[in-house]
Amino acid sequence: MGKIFQKPEALADVDTHYCPGCTHGIIHRLVAEVIDELDVRGRTVGIAPVGCAVLAYNYFTFDFQEAAHGRAPAMATGIKRVRPDLMVFTYQGDGDLASIGMSEIVHAANRGEKFTTIFVNNAVYGMTGGQMAPTTMPDQITTTSPAGRDTDEVGMPIKVSELLAALQTPAYIARQTVIRAKYIRKAKQAIKKAFTYQLEGKCFSLVEIVSTCPTNWGMTPIDSIKWAEDTLLPYYQLGEYKTPNGAG
Amino acid sequence: MAKVLMKGNEAIGEAAIKAGCLNYFAYPITPQSEVAEYLAKRLPEVGGVFLQGESEVAVSYMLYGAAGCGERVFTTSSSPGVSLMSEGISYMAGAQCPVVLVNIMRGGPGLGGILPSQADYLQATKSIGHGDFRMLVFAPASVQEAVEMTMVAFPLAEKYRNPVMILGDGLIGQMMEPVEFPDDLRSEPTNKNDWATTGMDKRGSDRPNLVKSLFLDPEKLNEHNLMLKAKYERMQQDEVRFEPYNLDSEYKVLIVSYGTMSRVCRTAIDNLKADGLEVGMVRPQTVFPFPENAVYEATAKSGCNAVISIEMSMGQMLEDVQRSVKGRKEVHWYGKCGGEVPTPEEVMDVVRSLAD
Repeated sequence: MGKIFQKPEALADVDTHYCPGCTHGIIHRLVAEVIDELDVRGRTVGIAPVGCAVLAYNYFTFDFQEAAHGRAPAMATGIKRVRPDLMVFTYQGDGDLASIGMSEIVHAANRGEKFTTIFVNNAVYGMTGGQMAPTTMPDQITTTSPAGRDTDEVGMPIKVSELLAALQTPAYIARQTVIRAKYIRKAKQAIKKAFTYQLEGKCFSLVEIVSTCPTNWGMTPIDSIKWAEDTLLPYYQLGEYKTPNGAG
Repeated sequence: MAKVLMKGNEAIGEAAIKAGCLNYFAYPITPQSEVAEYLAKRLPEVGGVFLQGESEVAVSYMLYGAAGCGERVFTTSSSPGVSLMSEGISYMAGAQCPVVLVNIMRGGPGLGGILPSQADYLQATKSIGHGDFRMLVFAPASVQEAVEMTMVAFPLAEKYRNPVMILGDGLIGQMMEPVEFPDDLRSEPTNKNDWATTGMDKRGSDRPNLVKSLFLDPEKLNEHNLMLKAKYERMQQDEVRFEPYNLDSEYKVLIVSYGTMSRVCRTAIDNLKADGLEVGMVRPQTVFPFPENAVYEATAKSGCNAVISIEMSMGQMLEDVQRSVKGRKEVHWYGKCGGEVPTPEEVMDVVRSLAD
């Protein structure tokens, strides 16, 4: 019987720095599997964000650039415009993409830049130590919302996929999660679609992935999954918000 | 090639194309928007990339991404826009990405004004962004010189793997002069496969390239900064450019002036010579590295009573002049910074008062 499961070639054989229970490892693997399946490793350039995935370039086996906080979509624009033959993706968190980088992502999406964004939404700043993000839930306690997010003061969490799907140009906008095995297959399908659309020269594609952060949520990994399922998924609903053939 | 009459901003855009750079990202700002307007038409004709970014911040990262692929890329902006790009410029310096930046300076601080100025001297030469880094900074005094400096900037950016800036004032961008684009300044991008994210297939390698500025290990970051420092020292050794003017005479006053201001000083020096007063000038063509030895040597002349920095800023280059003169002579300053260029008569009056 042949080998039926192995480490993707696009994934480096190293330990990661991610916390126990963090979903970055799963998402990295899905991206690597898709790159292997599409056979594009030799012409892929990833863009690492500022945030927990800042060292993502250590975990993949293809070219990488490292962005400033929020600027990855502008870098991807620069790369893809001068080298349209490359496969380009940004890997960004919610503080990076939805706060400091909101301008860059909206304009890159609206111009229809032909790259893919993997947007990891865990409702909190991770690397800087658990501060409130634009995606933090109402009443969610963070280090900068110690009494819980007060929506009268700072508004409701931003639904990035819905916001970007309101633009006419993007090709593909979907939200999935990887918090249970049953969701992982769909998340991978979405990532593969996003990369395939890029390969076909279609416009901007983004997959938002609802994720957990046990460390900064102050929960065990198991409690984190339950909290994400009970609190995040009803607000951040899964599905395809935009496809090349029309709304999802 | 025959000379053509061109506006400075348009000539700078054409110079980049002639130098072999077909990628341009920019955001409109007075007094240099004509570069973008010119290239919006011209780059598609030559198969190039033109993109108007959503902000100067975004533009600086479009440059970073493109330069990180080893492709020639440039932008043009003016003072407030350059401030917005300072973040990306720092990242490009840290990640050692070659890029050419043009700053057609206007008055400041803040919105300041839209007329010519040289008020970004310190920003350009000392600290255009956070962290320890320098850039090679050219200061053109004519449209022709802006063209030639733009053309040589690309291979130099690649030689040092570092941002290079053309620091012009609003007049350089706005005035029309006859120019030619020397064929011998055309060049090809140098080998980028050693470091740039060109894609492993393209360069026939199985080793990923990484373009980054993060060094979490303090020893590694220190090593990185020492390597960068050595690079800036090589620039100081090898890239100093200046033009001496009337330094063979028995001058009583030495002027240090650059850009448009130096052309006014040249007229003043000619007029004073006709009146019997000899005045010399060192005109920096690079302001980083600053021609400190040339300024120092020019103060050795026994009859030279005083040195004066004449600039369209409130005494920014003055600090470099004082540093170069090393206390050998008194150093003075004259300038205006509202957008009016001082006249030859004003310069002559100031210089006469120092000659006695």
